[in-house]
Amino acid sequence: MMLAAVLAAVLVAMALMVARALRGPTTFDRLLAANSIGNGAILVLALFGFLTERPEFLDLGLTYALLNFVGTFAVLKFFRQGSLGAEAEE
Amino acid sequence: MMDPAFAEQAITLVILLLLAAVTVGIVRVRGLFAAVVLLGAYSFLMATLFVVLDAVDVAMTEASVGAGISTVLFLGALYLTDTKEATGKARELAPLAVAAITAAVLIWGMSDLPEFGSADQPIHAKGADYLARSLPDTGIPNVVTSVLASYRGFDTLGETTVVFTAGIGVLVLLRRRSGQGKS
Repeated sequence: MMLAAVLAAVLVAMALMVARALRGPTTFDRLLAANSIGNGAILVLALFGFLTERPEFLDLGLTYALLNFVGTFAVLKFFRQGSLGAEAEE
Repeated sequence: MMDPAFAEQAITLVILLLLAAVTVGIVRVRGLFAAVVLLGAYSFLMATLFVVLDAVDVAMTEASVGAGISTVLFLGALYLTDTKEATGKARELAPLAVAAITAAVLIWGMSDLPEFGSADQPIHAKGADYLARSLPDTGIPNVVTSVLASYRGFDTLGETTVVFTAGIGVLVLLRRRSGQGKS
């Protein structure tokens, strides 16, 4: 029961994050919201795994966390340098 | 204790609603950066949905391709082109009609599918004895491999042809681009 309650709370939080990602106003708001949605996905994964008594899903959460980091990091690096690190072709 | 089946349906409903909201957002947003970010969020929601539907491997692929590689590739494309969407004034009716007809056909096709998770659908009726007879039939100890490479050999051949054609297309496109750069 507790797991289900937490799951419901995380889903509500994800709905709020989606609202923030859709409303903006700046791209950074959207980026932070998207990153949080990724974290929410990890939480749902873990909670649903325990709810259905298959906690081995937990390992997948680690991979999600790494991917989430890569995506956010790529966008931020693009913003800072205007490229993904490759030398501009002349 | 809460019934996991009910929890599954509730989560599926909530995530599908969120997916629809994000999709509308992706279509409506004008900045292409924001669209890339929203696509990443979409992928993570989709991966969550796949986990809830018990397709953990598909979820893994969706998260790594959709949220990982696609984001980086889209950003590379933005670097090579422009981060602003060209706003066309013409409102074409033909694309709308094509999309509507495709959606109608897909929904019509879905109405004939067996109920999700039901045990008496054809795939279970035909598939069960593969476990028993794949080793004597094909001599391959791995059942998945024997189905892919032997029972569905032509299917796999077709898939390989599609991937091969796509690879050739990419090679041709890239070669044309670099050839123009030299001349």
